[in-house]
Amino acid sequence: MKRSLLAFVLVGTAFLAVFLSVRFGSVDLTTHEFVSALFGGGTQAHRDILFHFRLPRVCLGLLVGGGLALAGSVFQALLRNPLAEPFILGISGGAAAGAVLVIALGFVAAGSLVLPAAAFGGALLAILLVFGVAAAADRRMDVRVLLLAGVVVGSFFTAVIAFILSLSEARAVRSAIVWMMGSLAGADWGNVAVVAGYTLPAALVLFGLARALNLMAVGEETAAYLGTDVERVKRIAYIVVSLMTAAGVAVAGVIGFVGLIVPHAIRLLIGSDQRFLLPLSFLAGAAFLCLADLLARVALAPIEIPIGVITAFLGVPLFLVLLRRSMTT
Amino acid sequence: MTFEALDLAVRYGRARRRALDGVTMRVPKGTLYAVLGPNGSGKSTLMRALMGVVRPEQGEVKIGGEPTRSWTRRALAQAVGAVPQAEHLAFPLTVRDFVGMGRYPHLGPLRPECEEDRAAIREAMRRCDVADLVDRDTTTLSGGELQRVRIARALAQEPSGLVLDEPTASLDIRHEMTIFRLLRNSADRGMTVLLITHHINLAARFADRFLLLSGGRVAAEGGAGDVFKEEILESVYRWPVAVRADPLSGAPQVTPLQESTAS
Repeated sequence: MKRSLLAFVLVGTAFLAVFLSVRFGSVDLTTHEFVSALFGGGTQAHRDILFHFRLPRVCLGLLVGGGLALAGSVFQALLRNPLAEPFILGISGGAAAGAVLVIALGFVAAGSLVLPAAAFGGALLAILLVFGVAAAADRRMDVRVLLLAGVVVGSFFTAVIAFILSLSEARAVRSAIVWMMGSLAGADWGNVAVVAGYTLPAALVLFGLARALNLMAVGEETAAYLGTDVERVKRIAYIVVSLMTAAGVAVAGVIGFVGLIVPHAIRLLIGSDQRFLLPLSFLAGAAFLCLADLLARVALAPIEIPIGVITAFLGVPLFLVLLRRSMTT
Repeated sequence: MTFEALDLAVRYGRARRRALDGVTMRVPKGTLYAVLGPNGSGKSTLMRALMGVVRPEQGEVKIGGEPTRSWTRRALAQAVGAVPQAEHLAFPLTVRDFVGMGRYPHLGPLRPECEEDRAAIREAMRRCDVADLVDRDTTTLSGGELQRVRIARALAQEPSGLVLDEPTASLDIRHEMTIFRLLRNSADRGMTVLLITHHINLAARFADRFLLLSGGRVAAEGGAGDVFKEEILESVYRWPVAVRADPLSGAPQVTPLQESTAS
């Protein structure tokens, strides 16, 4: 598929996703109500819905979805492993352990900053552990050591979560599980700003590394021979991706599949040149998560489905169709 | 462009034996220099140390008279193209994009390809006889095709030196000869070429100078007359051989003998 056509389609999809997401929900706005509220008219209730709930939520969806897809793409190139996804180095485990801990201790009031702060702290702890272990084993951050350290640290935090939950009461267990499946319900302008502060600069840095990542996909030795400072690229990319992922997980929980499936889908459509793959994955991830959140809110309203369930339900069949198509052509 | 190693020693991790031990060599400008030796004799390690991807435990490596570690990776890649023995392609790429990677040191992270880059890519593909493969996916290439595409990538760097680790492994006669002639022509045009190879007879025909490694040490170094001696080759390869002048080219040709006739 032509890259420009895909870019055009994705931008269109993202706009459509945003438009639908701000209009529909527990209260549906007509296009007229939406437009007048957007320009400061309409009723106070409509303006509140738009500016306090829908818009921050849509922005957060775009940022988190884009960030996850971008992170998955970069990790797949860096770890030279098509199974890599944003959480492969144990970040989700750390974040979830942090979140579950404060939920179990009952610290969590609605809109409180404690939950994202604890999740972010947990994610940072996981990152420090994984990179600490990998660096101690080999100063050059061997991919295999990183992957193993990531898996082991992730399992450790899973055990921590199980331990905490086994001591918790049923209500806390339920909210912990809902958190772990991911949700954008906690969106407000404050956490949108925080996630944007991590995601947008990270995206720019990573787009700048696209050529170097292309070379890394052929192998680190070759990448060095072709003029890449491999260790520097790895260090920057790991740190930037990890922080971006940690920020996303902290506010939206562990949203699976976006980071795995979106980069693959884009790769099947336009090939694996990172210069196009990274920005288009970001765009596709943003649009995809926005739509998934819309479905999560409206499909079984007033019940909100965990967004991780929607991303899996939507993403897996779509991905299988693409995979099948790529095998037959 | 010159390549030098001075009393070079390399050890991997905490291995008891050094992979290279006291290797000294000098490759002058415009030379086709063949590095020979049995499996595990340190040939690839010499390339990695020369190109600065493994750190010497002792001694020094120099490229163009400057210590390798004082080069930035980008400047080094503009000056020297290197083709490692094996690469594992994590994702499919077209041959065009693969060869285009050779322009990275000239482009840096952001500048788009210009006509000069495209011309370098076309010329590299033409010289390696891979122009017909331009839109093929690299994961569908035969072993021989992939080897030539990888050499084309190194030539697209437009380097003044070239280092290759067994580039003719798995090539048929025609492509083997194409590559040796390509390297010979490149050296005649002033390029400095270090070639690691197991094809000792083709090396004897095409190369100017030879380094024979054995267990990480230099067993022999110099012209064909210094290196292609039966007693040296027999002790290094631990197999009886006969060395005769090839009736067509005049170069020394090594023939492994039946063990029974020698012992």
